[in-house]
Amino acid sequence: MTEQHAIEMVVNGVTYARKVEARLLLVDFLRDTLGLTGTHIGCEHGVCGACTVIVNGASARSCLCFAVQADGAVIETVEGLGSVDDLDPVQQAFRVHHALQCGFCTPGMLMTTIDLLRKCPSATDDDIRNGLSGNLCRCTGYDNIVRAVRAMAGERRE
Amino acid sequence: MTKFGIGQSVPRKEDPRLLTGRGRFVDDRNLPDQLHAHILRSPHAHARIARLDVGGARSAAGVVAVATGADLAADGIGGPPCVFMPEDSPPGYAPPYPALAQGRVRHVGEGIAMVVAETANEAADAAEEIVVEYEPLPVVVGPESAVMPGAPQLWDRAPGNVSFTWQAGDASAVAEALAGAARIIHLEEDNNRVVISAIEPRAALGDHDSQSERGTLYIGSQMPHPIKDDLGVAFGLPADRFRVVVEDVGGGFGAKNATYPEYVLVLWAARKLARPVKWCASRAEAFLSDYHGRANRTTFDLALDEEGRFLGLEVDVLADLGAYVSSRGAVSPIFNQTALAGPYTTPAIHVRVRGVFTNTVPTDVYRGAGRPEAIYGLERLIDLAAAELGLDRVDLRRRNLIAPESFPYETPLGLIYDSGQFADNLDAGLARADWDGFAARRAAAEQRGRLRGIGFTNYVERCGAGVTQGAELRIAADGRAEVLIGTMSNGQGHETAYAQVVAELLGLDLDSVSVVEGDTDRVAEGEGTGGSRSIPLGGAAISLAADEVIDKARRIAAHLMEAAPADIEFTGGRFAIAGTDRHRSWTEIAAAAHDPSRLPADIAPGLDGAGEFVPPNHTFPAGCHVCEVEIDPETGGLQIVAYTIVHDFGRLLNPMLLAGQVHGGVVQGLGQAAFEHTAYGTDGQLLAGSWMDYCLPRADDLPAIGFTSRPTPCPSNPLGFKGCGEAGAAGSPPALANAVMDAVAPYGVRHIDLPLTPERIWRAIGRGT
Repeated sequence: MTEQHAIEMVVNGVTYARKVEARLLLVDFLRDTLGLTGTHIGCEHGVCGACTVIVNGASARSCLCFAVQADGAVIETVEGLGSVDDLDPVQQAFRVHHALQCGFCTPGMLMTTIDLLRKCPSATDDDIRNGLSGNLCRCTGYDNIVRAVRAMAGERRE
Repeated sequence: MTKFGIGQSVPRKEDPRLLTGRGRFVDDRNLPDQLHAHILRSPHAHARIARLDVGGARSAAGVVAVATGADLAADGIGGPPCVFMPEDSPPGYAPPYPALAQGRVRHVGEGIAMVVAETANEAADAAEEIVVEYEPLPVVVGPESAVMPGAPQLWDRAPGNVSFTWQAGDASAVAEALAGAARIIHLEEDNNRVVISAIEPRAALGDHDSQSERGTLYIGSQMPHPIKDDLGVAFGLPADRFRVVVEDVGGGFGAKNATYPEYVLVLWAARKLARPVKWCASRAEAFLSDYHGRANRTTFDLALDEEGRFLGLEVDVLADLGAYVSSRGAVSPIFNQTALAGPYTTPAIHVRVRGVFTNTVPTDVYRGAGRPEAIYGLERLIDLAAAELGLDRVDLRRRNLIAPESFPYETPLGLIYDSGQFADNLDAGLARADWDGFAARRAAAEQRGRLRGIGFTNYVERCGAGVTQGAELRIAADGRAEVLIGTMSNGQGHETAYAQVVAELLGLDLDSVSVVEGDTDRVAEGEGTGGSRSIPLGGAAISLAADEVIDKARRIAAHLMEAAPADIEFTGGRFAIAGTDRHRSWTEIAAAAHDPSRLPADIAPGLDGAGEFVPPNHTFPAGCHVCEVEIDPETGGLQIVAYTIVHDFGRLLNPMLLAGQVHGGVVQGLGQAAFEHTAYGTDGQLLAGSWMDYCLPRADDLPAIGFTSRPTPCPSNPLGFKGCGEAGAAGSPPALANAVMDAVAPYGVRHIDLPLTPERIWRAIGRGT
């Protein structure tokens, strides 16, 4: 059970090599092994989207993936976006539109939004609501999140 | 008004850390040498524990300790105390609630044993080695079943499973009204049990300092100080032997008010083992151990005269408490029944509430805490009355609204409404929702084979009295201000909102103000955050503290400029001698305040203020919600197509944050009304035990929410604020339900209980038969 497996992955541009148990989830690897606690665990059964990260260019639930499965992957997490003093445009849009309250679902929402806007840069409201429908938010009622993403999509349309 | 002050939609101070993954939630904190706890939970809803053998777990890899209820009892450790219980005759009964079961379990999910190990996986693995033999007992689920003759009994001291019977209002006046009524409208309804579902699961990290013999509990909570007090009771120690620390909280909504068994357990284990102990709920555990909300079965009888005037209202509530009375479990069934008066002139109201035990997860407050339950029943009842009397539902309500010239208005349940423009709110709500254009929209929907309905609700609720709110304000030598306050933000944005109040009153910029909450060692006292009271009460307390600071600063300025304090004016962030251009800046005064050599003998160094606000009355936010739906008659599928809310929250502190509270509240109410079904089997198994089975509203289930603020003054609050946190959740369930019933009226459907799932709608319109 406790046999260790050597894995290597690139997280936010940094290469990490670690030995992990086979049963270690990717989200626990990010949080506990690498100390990147910005990615949150809401349900550990793939339903809430709080743990969403980008794996090899596509958004993924890091609670539904073992760390060993991500061996060799390129991963983006919320820590790879802008910093406290220099928010990136998606973070800034969330702030300006009050698209977060408690902030717990927010890292997953941001990563989903980034994936959505990469695939669908001029997303309509329907695209946005569909695109965000895999991420639960219990605070905002989604209205302001949709506004924030719409503002980003609108900018890209221009 | 300053650039950052009251009334400005300032972006939040807390956002940069939360947007960059630098927030700190409980599970983000780890202490050196920390152990991990796992709770073994009962799979039975009601059973005697015939045998509990933890030997196998004790010898498992990584395990440091295993504890059972017997170990707690041997140490004299209790569990979460019940802090609210009606004491009228007969007094209510709150059973003992040990942190781990002692010989008998009463709901699925009740803790039986705690394993503490070096890692969370080792603790969970070892728990599988525990052998438990259960002798199942008969199970009771649902409040009506609990009071049936012959129902299984949970507690010897609660015959008939009744914990308490509480009444309010004038029973004989209502009986008289019913006897003389032209019509009586009757409704029996379920206010459905909800799993509150903050996205951050509960977690607790306990630490014990053997030098000071004090325990520190790190949790995500809305009520750090009350929980500190509860810990004192659970341990039989003075409360000051505990410190509760709360940082970022991933949503609360009432479920993080309570003191939970796990909080006692991690602190106890940390003391026994002299190492920090952490516990994090899995989502499955959260379903079985976070207190649930609502869960009432209620009958209503409304007496009306020939013209549709309300004469009297009789209400009988069976409130499902679950297996125990949680720390504030009796609050929701009782405390806000006052909302039954609504904005109407009903002259006589009587309500009886029986709190009953069932073999289910205990219930506690959920956003609105009794208000949504009362308002839902009342507004459904009025729609039924309109239908049965053949009256227009708007006209029927207008006929019964309290007129603006009637204030102060005393309701039959003892509140004194101080203000409100109920009819205007209704008119504005209907106008914004284009009520008059609905017929055309319905006709267009019919062309598409859809049933379209519209519904609305009026309401008024009380927020923000019953507690005294303190605040401290400390000014540093560089002029920066620090607010210390015993409320607890769990998403509302207090760091920003309180800073705006200080910025306004002291003429500072937002970055010069910091807010301290969530540490019972740093903040002297507090009642936490709940009941939509933090901004109205906290804002008022801060303004009183600011008055004290300004008063002292004025005396210092007078001394420095050799003038009389009465001649000093404080405007634009500086202290000036009236009628002259002589002045001192805020930072000069702050520096002088901390320099004894520049102060007269009768002024102590420092520039601090404290405020204690005792609210003279509640605030009464009021509004009108309008909801429009379409139903596919082939499937019962429900689409919420439009939502409009016009609301009087008094003066707005930060309109953007307030709108966020409204949106979130509305959607939580829509969730309860249309999606969230806490299905229990008759065997007491929670069938909806994950977010796969328990449906929360998602972005594509919802329309944009149209919100308009329509403020009227708030005489009972010095800053003019009314509570805003619960209004959305209180108004949206009846607005949605009335819209759905309007849509299915052609099928002769009178009422469908919440939640209005496609299956229920489909069956009600006869497609399921």
